[in-house]
Amino acid sequence: MAAPAGTVSVRVRFFALLRERAGCDERRVQVPTGSTVGDLLERLAGEIPDMPAGVAAAVDRAYASRDRALRGGEEVALIPPVSGG
Amino acid sequence: MTSRPAPPDPVVRADVSPDPIDPARLVERVGGEGDGAVVLFLGTVRDHNHGRTVTSLAYEAYVPMARRELAAIAREALALHGASRIAAAHRTGTLEPGTASVGIAVAAEHRDAAYRASRHVIEEVKRRLPVWKEERYADGGRAWLEGHPAPGAPARDATPAGAPGEGDA
Repeated sequence: MAAPAGTVSVRVRFFALLRERAGCDERRVQVPTGSTVGDLLERLAGEIPDMPAGVAAAVDRAYASRDRALRGGEEVALIPPVSGG
Repeated sequence: MTSRPAPPDPVVRADVSPDPIDPARLVERVGGEGDGAVVLFLGTVRDHNHGRTVTSLAYEAYVPMARRELAAIAREALALHGASRIAAAHRTGTLEPGTASVGIAVAAEHRDAAYRASRHVIEEVKRRLPVWKEERYADGGRAWLEGHPAPGAPARDATPAGAPGEGDA
């Protein structure tokens, strides 16, 4: 399924508390061409009720900064504060 | 001339899975005759937190990334501290108190490198492994632990290291 003109599509994954708040463990999101990880997070924060603070992002399974550009087709994971160990 | 086999990977295991942690197996896998020390760290599920009785901990992980990150952490520890080999495993799923949730075995020529590398791995696991735990309580409640903001997350109010709620593991 191609993204509409002027947009790119990414697969977004949610975990733990964020998964519960988002109501799903993944969804496909279309963002305007030229969007960054930060733009995507900002948009999702407007859609997810009580999005927890301190959320990091991973692109294709590696931590990514907010200014990382999205080219379309990536897997973007929202990583709430971690508690492994 | 015969071709030489690739040198064995010093990260002999970096696994995130529902499989039980087998300490003897971790130790066995890092052992080598050139080493004078093996340190084994086990993180285990505690039966209480913040004065509440914990009946189980449910671990969730972003498995493919967590495996990759655990291997990267082990590689860093080897490079930083000069240890010989590391085997590490982290559980997912629901664990009862007393169960090992994480196991780290490090072999080194000398004990100092083994202890330091082991410490590096567990501290970085807590800082950046994409794993989350939810406590379930005797009173029927449940709660995701607060956790540490992962790399790249915006700063928020600092939580002192070792604050209650972390669990040792």
